[in-house]
Amino acid sequence: MNRTVQILTGIWVVGVTVAAFLWLPPAEGFRSPEAARIVVFHVPCAMLTFVAFLVNAVYSWKYLRSRDPLTDSKANAAAELGMLFAILATVTGSLFAMEQWGSAWNWDPRETSIVMLMLVYAAYFVLRGAVEEKSKRARLSAAYALLAFPAMVFLIWILPRIVESLHPTNTLFSRSGLDPKYRITLWSFFAGLLAVFVWMFRLRLRVEIAEARLRRQHRRDTMPEATPAGETR
Amino acid sequence: MNRSSSWAHEAIAVFAKDWLLELRTRVALGAVVLFAVTSVVASGFALAPPSGVPAEVKAALLWVVIFFAAVAGLSRVFVVEEETRTADALRLAVSSTGVFAGKLAFNTVLMWTLCAITVPLYLLLLEAPLRNASLLVIVVLLGSTALACATTAVGAIVAKATMRGALFGVLSFPVALPPLLVVIHATKAAWLSDNAWRVAAGDLQVLSGFMLVIVPASVLVFEHIWSE
Repeated sequence: MNRTVQILTGIWVVGVTVAAFLWLPPAEGFRSPEAARIVVFHVPCAMLTFVAFLVNAVYSWKYLRSRDPLTDSKANAAAELGMLFAILATVTGSLFAMEQWGSAWNWDPRETSIVMLMLVYAAYFVLRGAVEEKSKRARLSAAYALLAFPAMVFLIWILPRIVESLHPTNTLFSRSGLDPKYRITLWSFFAGLLAVFVWMFRLRLRVEIAEARLRRQHRRDTMPEATPAGETR
Repeated sequence: MNRSSSWAHEAIAVFAKDWLLELRTRVALGAVVLFAVTSVVASGFALAPPSGVPAEVKAALLWVVIFFAAVAGLSRVFVVEEETRTADALRLAVSSTGVFAGKLAFNTVLMWTLCAITVPLYLLLLEAPLRNASLLVIVVLLGSTALACATTAVGAIVAKATMRGALFGVLSFPVALPPLLVVIHATKAAWLSDNAWRVAAGDLQVLSGFMLVIVPASVLVFEHIWSE
């Protein structure tokens, strides 16, 4: 990502945020119409959580095929960002629920599914912490990510449709009660956030690569006569 | 012998070997059943009538007990291979699909045994209502099978890591949650509803669908977990 794209991303996200407060009208029909505009930030965060989860699963699958350590780092970076966006989505969602539905937590199916998603990520990080050897850690965590994937698909797409939910379905793609300006702002914010996601993802990878290089350097400095067999560990 | 029947034969051999071992030591059975009986008795003390705990709570509690009892024992089949250092021999002798199918069968039968002891005891001690016994049998059978399907591959992962006991619970929970949610709902229906079959029909479909997805997914990733 070059400098221009980064600056444009920054301007875009700031612009959309300002527009969400100045250009976007209050959402009529909600208990507190002014506060309802938080949905344009909340929904993109939730969407990115799922995007990150998908990216994690894809790289996990790729890792099992290729056994390339960088692919494992990518899967891990996606999971970390997914956790971050899950927290953001939960916090913004709770604020909305407190304002509109009267309580910060309602055990709504979508609330349940995001908590479960966070649990999966947490379990994924615990597993990564519990395996010392690098290639084994990559292999086992990739396998776990792929095992958790069908369970999450179930929780995210099937459960909210069988249990009744406070969340509306299909507001993003169909014409419904909300002002079309909401849809425009929401998708614009999603685009900006997606760019931020890509940016953070690449930063995280660079840190990972730099760390690996430092570790190699350190090993070379401390053990001058390291054998090639030692290198492969 | 063609390929498909060969892994089935291997699975049967692994299954028979694991049961033979289990019946000699009874580690997994003992852990699972004792855990379940202890928690059922403890809940019975606290929650039996006239405590007035609603049947919904009892349905959830039953499956919480079963799930945690399962966590105490379901990773055993793989952990024992690592502890006795027999995993390599097994890897040489049997295909990974054969191993997985055999271990899955073992865990399924373990779950059935657990439920056969726990559920009647629970119904007796907690005086849970029972409108539709045949539905309950089907729900328990499908639910315990689904839990075994969801957690067997996780057991294989855990066997390769450190702090296995704690890790298995943490890793199993997210994967086992969909069948747990559904099975609690169906159990409630079997206890309380007049037209329980209709209420639980969707749940039974979802349970079967879940197994149809998670078992092939497990077989696919198991190959990578199992081979060094």
